[in-house]
Amino acid sequence: MDSSTKPASYTNYHPRWFRRRVSTYWWMGRWPYMKFILREISSVFVAWSVLIMLLLIRSLGHGAESYALFENWLRSPAVVFINVVSLFFVVFHTITWFNLAPRATVVRVGGRRVPDLLISGPQFAAWIAVSIFVAWVVLQQ
Amino acid sequence: MTRTTTHAKKPYEPFLWLLFSAGGVVAALLIPVSLFLFALAFPLGWIDAPSFESLRDLARHPIVRIYLFVLCVLPLFHWAHRFRYTLYDGLQIKNLNELIFVFCYGGAIVGAVVAGWWIFAAL
Repeated sequence: MDSSTKPASYTNYHPRWFRRRVSTYWWMGRWPYMKFILREISSVFVAWSVLIMLLLIRSLGHGAESYALFENWLRSPAVVFINVVSLFFVVFHTITWFNLAPRATVVRVGGRRVPDLLISGPQFAAWIAVSIFVAWVVLQQ
Repeated sequence: MTRTTTHAKKPYEPFLWLLFSAGGVVAALLIPVSLFLFALAFPLGWIDAPSFESLRDLARHPIVRIYLFVLCVLPLFHWAHRFRYTLYDGLQIKNLNELIFVFCYGGAIVGAVVAGWWIFAAL
């Protein structure tokens, strides 16, 4: 458009910069971005898991009948589905969380960088040990 | 405004980040096994569940009460921090920052109070 042909009119000076509008769905289509968003979303399933634990504790405090009702609710198909999805996400959280540690703390021994696996490996081992211990304590009952 | 001045105005941010980080560790270590046992394996009969009485007695043990409180509260603050940034960055709703902040940390605080009540008073 040729601006000189327009009638002269005064407009307030307003500096603008070129900014491409980023789509709300920018994270779709590329796996690293997708992984980032999945990792972020995992927090919702962490909160859901906490809610399940809290409702379990509440039902334990309310008595055997309340506990049986809660167990029944956990058996309903929709809840089972949500819990299976949640388990996938909380395990995803665990894996991404432990894989993050070697990036957050770069350890050097004798001028060489300690391999990532030597940092994340013991954490995965600790995860398995803690999980077995918790299961053992619960199943002792 | 530079980055340092915005951060200097919010001295609580490192504390919130610390809660996020601690909650992340607790969630990573303990939530998968808890969810697997109590939400799937026991109700669906994959593993024989302990009786109601023995589970309740276990949960009433003082150390277990503290364990349960930590298991619930720290991951809630982990959720609050991460979900806050999911909403900021993922959905790009920056104009609702204050509302998101109150919703996330307020939710975690309410959750902590409810958890404290159910674990220490009502169990």
